[in-house]
Amino acid sequence: MPANPLGLGRAALSEEIDAWDVAVLPDGTGLPVGSGDVETGDEVFAANCASCHGDFAEGLDSWPVLAGGDNSLTDPRPVKTVGSYWPYLSTVFDYVHRSMPFGSAQTLTPDDTYAITAFLLYSNGIVEDDFVLTNENFTSIVMPNADGFYPDDRAQTEYPLFTGEPCMENCLPGTPQVTKRAIDLKVTPTDADGKPAGTLPVLSDAPAIPAVVQVAADEAPAVPEPVAEAAPVAEAPAESAPVETAAADPALIAAGATVFKKCSSCHKVGEGAKNAVGPTLNGIVGHDAGTVEGFKYSNPLLAMAEAGLVWDEANLNAFLENPRSFMKGTRMAFAGLKSEDERSAVIAYLASLGG
Amino acid sequence: QTADPLITEVQDYASGFGDPVDAAPYGTPISHEAHVVRRNVEWLTESPVSSINFTPIHALEGTITPQGCAFERHHSGAIDMTKQDYRLMINGLVDRPLVFTFEDLMRFPRHITTAFCECAANGGMEWGGAQLEGCQFTQGMIHNMEYTGVMLRDLLAEAGVQTAGKWVYVEGHDASSNGRSIPLEKALDDVMVAFFANGEALRKEHGYPVRLVVPGWEGNMWVKWIRRIAVYDQAVEGREETSKYTDLMPDGRARKWTWVMDAKSVITSPSPQAPIRHGAGPLVITGLAWSGNGRVTRVDVSTDGGNTWAPARISGDAKSKALTRFHHDMNWDGSEMFILSRAVDETGYVQPTKQALRDIRGTNNVYHNNAIQVWWVRADGEVENVEIA
Repeated sequence: MPANPLGLGRAALSEEIDAWDVAVLPDGTGLPVGSGDVETGDEVFAANCASCHGDFAEGLDSWPVLAGGDNSLTDPRPVKTVGSYWPYLSTVFDYVHRSMPFGSAQTLTPDDTYAITAFLLYSNGIVEDDFVLTNENFTSIVMPNADGFYPDDRAQTEYPLFTGEPCMENCLPGTPQVTKRAIDLKVTPTDADGKPAGTLPVLSDAPAIPAVVQVAADEAPAVPEPVAEAAPVAEAPAESAPVETAAADPALIAAGATVFKKCSSCHKVGEGAKNAVGPTLNGIVGHDAGTVEGFKYSNPLLAMAEAGLVWDEANLNAFLENPRSFMKGTRMAFAGLKSEDERSAVIAYLASLGG
Repeated sequence: QTADPLITEVQDYASGFGDPVDAAPYGTPISHEAHVVRRNVEWLTESPVSSINFTPIHALEGTITPQGCAFERHHSGAIDMTKQDYRLMINGLVDRPLVFTFEDLMRFPRHITTAFCECAANGGMEWGGAQLEGCQFTQGMIHNMEYTGVMLRDLLAEAGVQTAGKWVYVEGHDASSNGRSIPLEKALDDVMVAFFANGEALRKEHGYPVRLVVPGWEGNMWVKWIRRIAVYDQAVEGREETSKYTDLMPDGRARKWTWVMDAKSVITSPSPQAPIRHGAGPLVITGLAWSGNGRVTRVDVSTDGGNTWAPARISGDAKSKALTRFHHDMNWDGSEMFILSRAVDETGYVQPTKQALRDIRGTNNVYHNNAIQVWWVRADGEVENVEIA
């Protein structure tokens, strides 16, 4: 390679490299100095991880299960966990430190991360409860499935079988019969008529004239989505929302519906919504905190609710701006909405939802 | 037959005005195509910000996938980044750790390549049996675009890879960062750092302003919003290359580094979402074929469940590691058919049946299902996803 052929870019500063290069490799390259014990890890895990992964790393709903699954890899339903599947401990540290908690990545300190990693080792029966993980002893840990992987061998084991002139005639011993039908499972998303979602519309049987009139009349703008999103808003009883600005601005509500997608992985809204990682939020604006039936709130939230916290616009705004600052110890693993526009939009959207 | 009023009567659009030129400065598809959209399958994942949707391949033709309906896979949501704020770092085993701005990248020699991007899990739900009704859902984790960008090897040359460097690790700006290790040999071959797709800037969901293009290799390696390229003497073995995107085999061990997407094809019409509505007579069978090992040289079609096969026409150019369109023109007698397609690539590899793959890999695999797809065409023209034996 020619040396510095174009002279583009500038030297990366060491503090910049330190900020971005957080990769930890199997041989320990990249490990920061630090340590954490199982007991601390249990607490840090409960505060930051358990809302999805469960108190014992067992995985709530369909969120990943992180512990158990020993000797299950040949079962019809293998359970692939940190203990049963992951070959390197470095992967746990690297991933937790850079990408977790989900929705609030890069907020865990190295010591938090050592502690969580130690707790996961304990949860998987790899260490005892008095274990302390440090950058010094890190590479001494051998994961149970360390030898469970081998590099791609398709070129040796498969390609010879699948290469050559294929059969063109009389290839089957008999007449083929149907052995499985996808239609029996009923797991495909469907359109209103029960057909698989996205099925091409009928053209020749459709009355041609009304279709043409619709085009010529030019009454409907060519964007059906906002109409569909706005529909439930229009039906929502605005009087149940005590916020004066609510339902006033359909554009703001529509913008809020978009912002809410950031929340929707944990919070469900609308008819039939159930509690998930977070409580349902129908009617939340103006409502007393901590009162959604069947939801197990964190202690800090219950304490503030006891003290009279009401989710009025101001409190919601402050909470959403910086959840951990507004409510120290909250389980909501979400970094917050820095944009005031986004906060007011999502609050308007929530206010538009009935209780 | 009565006279067609669409012909005999003057229609409004034949007399008055259509839209003015300032109606849509950057257009969207006409409303009558509103059904041609990406769709997701809600039960697949717990959260829509770490999920996948599917390209409506049953409704598209040719080989290029429009960005607006090309499947998306995010691990922490599609982030909003500006060209002004964009930075790319190269560090690790290099002589000169560097930081590039977007403008810096635009000053490297530019190249164009067309490539398919297929999620390793495309067809993953079908390993255990026919599950989903429609090729959008069974083979739709794929898109094919014409990219413009700079070659990764030129960026690496700028930093000067040291002789100890054997692997390149690429990660994104998003919260997941989705880091993947790529052997240096591939990185110096055809891997591109791309800014444009199909002639326009990358869309947000495809990694605006900068993504990685790794022709022929699984989509998870096509890191979006790339922020750092690091050279190491070993693979990083991050979460996406150990706990995910590895292939559990029947003996309980797993294949890793299964990067290449083997040759595959699917008939996109007729298919469950694109039934035959015209009855017996001339019928166009159309589909897509591709191979991560090179060019598709041939596609065979069977209408009797695989007993007899006939070569289909390859329409247009068959480009290496890119989607290839095939057509098969036939006269349908109106009776039931099992229709299948089978791709052959330039290495001589022939797309296998699902059973042939299961015989080797079992059914605990999630990834790399490149098996032949069977559609059952009923006499009324409706089409089902089935397995046959």
